[in-house]
Amino acid sequence: MAQHHLATPLAKDDIKKLRIGDLVYITGTIYAARDAAHKRMDECLDKNMPLPADLTGQIIYYVGPSPAKPGQAIGSAGPTTSGRMDAYTPRLLRLGLAGMIGKGNRSRQVMDAIRENTCVYLAATGGAGALIAQCIKKYTVLAWPELGTEAFAAMEVENFPVTVVADCWGGDLYEEGQKAYRSI
Amino acid sequence: MREISAETITNTIARLAIEACCILPATTYAAMAAARAAEPSPAGRDALDQLMQNAVIARSSMSPICQDTGLAVVFAEIGQDVHIVGGNFEDAVNRGIAKGYTEGYLRKSSVAEPLFERKNTGDNTPAVLHVRMVPGDHIRLKLAPKGAGSENKGALYMLVPADGIEGVKNAVLETVRHAGASPCPPMVVGVGIGGNMEKACLCAKIACARGIDTHNQDKRYADLEDELLALVNRLGTGPQGLGGKNTAFKVNIEFCPTHIASLPVAVNINCNAARHAEAVI
Repeated sequence: MAQHHLATPLAKDDIKKLRIGDLVYITGTIYAARDAAHKRMDECLDKNMPLPADLTGQIIYYVGPSPAKPGQAIGSAGPTTSGRMDAYTPRLLRLGLAGMIGKGNRSRQVMDAIRENTCVYLAATGGAGALIAQCIKKYTVLAWPELGTEAFAAMEVENFPVTVVADCWGGDLYEEGQKAYRSI
Repeated sequence: MREISAETITNTIARLAIEACCILPATTYAAMAAARAAEPSPAGRDALDQLMQNAVIARSSMSPICQDTGLAVVFAEIGQDVHIVGGNFEDAVNRGIAKGYTEGYLRKSSVAEPLFERKNTGDNTPAVLHVRMVPGDHIRLKLAPKGAGSENKGALYMLVPADGIEGVKNAVLETVRHAGASPCPPMVVGVGIGGNMEKACLCAKIACARGIDTHNQDKRYADLEDELLALVNRLGTGPQGLGGKNTAFKVNIEFCPTHIASLPVAVNINCNAARHAEAVI
């Protein structure tokens, strides 16, 4: 189980080094988007309109933070369930998105797109929102503020700890990791 | 007849919302520590370490344990000798939710209508409110915020009597296996057995919000809770679904009378935090 420190945007060579089970500490800008922002991005692409940010080599974090208290950059900000974004993800990966941070299984289509486009799927610890918030230094809404917690936003992160759960070589930690301990 | 003001109810609900979302029950922290000591999977141990660190940070800063502070599920037992003054009960509860979720910097995750606009209500109201009339002159309020990561993975099985205990076991195992990492395991599994469709679901929800240091008072069901927990922990899901032997902290069962032709089984899954707080006024 290797450890990596990566800065965004990610290069394809960075992604090729990653294997399921590896720990990755991410530093730089990542983008927050979940259900409603994905629907809006999909609509933008349908209409040939630009996305709120250039996602080439970038990472989307599936998160809907709780409100920041005075003096905080952000409230609690752990990952949400990734599977709800499956319908939108292959299109974004084909357009150059390098990876996603979330939790839980992805569809066959997403897993195929991760492999075919040399991307990576990373898991943050679900339920550790207060701990993860300490890695997020800045949170800036870039589009659709009316979506509230679901707005599209840029986040400046430092050493955000995540685990590789799907690598570009077809590895799936949810499948492999669980198989080792299954006795039923 | 004892008078209780609507304002007291509002303030109590607001306090419980903040407490439930920011303070991990001590029993849950103890279960995390025990799981950490016994978990053979390195990734699983790392996840449990993070969850315990998270609980300490959340408590000391009164920040939400998890950003998904859920729909506010409220169980209220109202003594029939209580007279509520200064407003009606349901409004008092919802004002408390709005107050707690606003003043506590908790996330507002409620949309007013599910299909067309899905517009956020802005204050996390309305509560999902379950009221029982009971003897006495007190009100017992239990608030169990419930996030969607776990709630979306619940299931209802309308079994028939011939399916029996094996049918119940299969229903629980299939639901937990299918849930995978989404409910943020190690989870708490609430199982409602009997009743009809909605009663089984309500029993499962009550089971989910029951303490993880409790057992069903009927020994046969208490034994089944332990047997199901052992089976669930053989699925291999592990902490955060990364593989391991701690998939659930506890399986809680609630049962109730049912029809001669029915065996409803509802499985409601709670996340590792299994948040809840209660008060008597």
